[in-house]
Amino acid sequence: MENLKLEGSAKTPTVQFDAASGTLELKGRSIPENSVEFYKPLNDWIDTYGGSPKEITTVDIKLEYFNTSSSKCILDLFKQLEGLNGKGTEVKVNWYFEEDDEDMEEAGEDYQAIINIPFKMIEVEEI
Amino acid sequence: MSLRNIYELYQTMERDNTMLSFKGVVTSDLLTSVLQIMESKLDHVEKSPKTKKKVYNVLVECLQNLYHHNEEIGETEGLDFLFSKSALLMISKNSDHYEVKTGNYIIKDKSKELKRKLDDINALDKEGLRELYKSILNDGEMSDKGTAGLGMIDIARKSGNKLEYDFLPVDETYDFFCLNVKID
Repeated sequence: MENLKLEGSAKTPTVQFDAASGTLELKGRSIPENSVEFYKPLNDWIDTYGGSPKEITTVDIKLEYFNTSSSKCILDLFKQLEGLNGKGTEVKVNWYFEEDDEDMEEAGEDYQAIINIPFKMIEVEEI
Repeated sequence: MSLRNIYELYQTMERDNTMLSFKGVVTSDLLTSVLQIMESKLDHVEKSPKTKKKVYNVLVECLQNLYHHNEEIGETEGLDFLFSKSALLMISKNSDHYEVKTGNYIIKDKSKELKRKLDDINALDKEGLRELYKSILNDGEMSDKGTAGLGMIDIARKSGNKLEYDFLPVDETYDFFCLNVKID
């Protein structure tokens, strides 16, 4: 299947979903006014990917900031991945946050508490 | 407005340490420009990346509240259409904190609902706000506009202070909603 590649913008993250390696990466910031519109193609891609996933699916979330409207879409994305977990693939999430950014660290912990897939919290100097 | 008022207006803004002020309709383009201007201003004046992020976060949510709010106003009777869509945004930097002030017309029916929400938020501490955020995130439905009802909770969490607000009666249809967010 085709990879999903979207260039980042001032309001949207860089998206790199690679079907061949089973790595899904979101990087940058996510503050669109209408996040549903932005995340729809991502959900569609994961739906198709779920048909024949890699043995291991690695999700790298490297967001420096997201707005509340995106936070809901990101949860929906995780729920979708939770649904795939154990069905031909093992899903793992790497949640990156910048040093001292407690807000992003807490956000990651909150998703971890809601979603039943393994999360790894990774502190980095700069995203 | 007399010419003298221009100077008075300048002095007022100077005294209040205004970084940016805007009155008008918050469109998507305007929102983008304000965020760009404020991001570069914050890069100059704020050393702490943490504070910078918090102020930026609050701004994003405040601006998007004003933006989405416009869609709610619609073509209602009473106030002139464009007038009722117009909003105020002011950002100032004082010695030890930032303030983001917003003002916008709101239909009276919505005032009550919003007031209740703000009072609920103000009654909670840091941990309580986190729990409320998590529960709405998990159970809440997303509106068609892509708003999740989390904006004010997020603003309160990032500001670390109680939200100061007031609803001033304008006419039988509208109130004017004033919000002041202090960020330490």
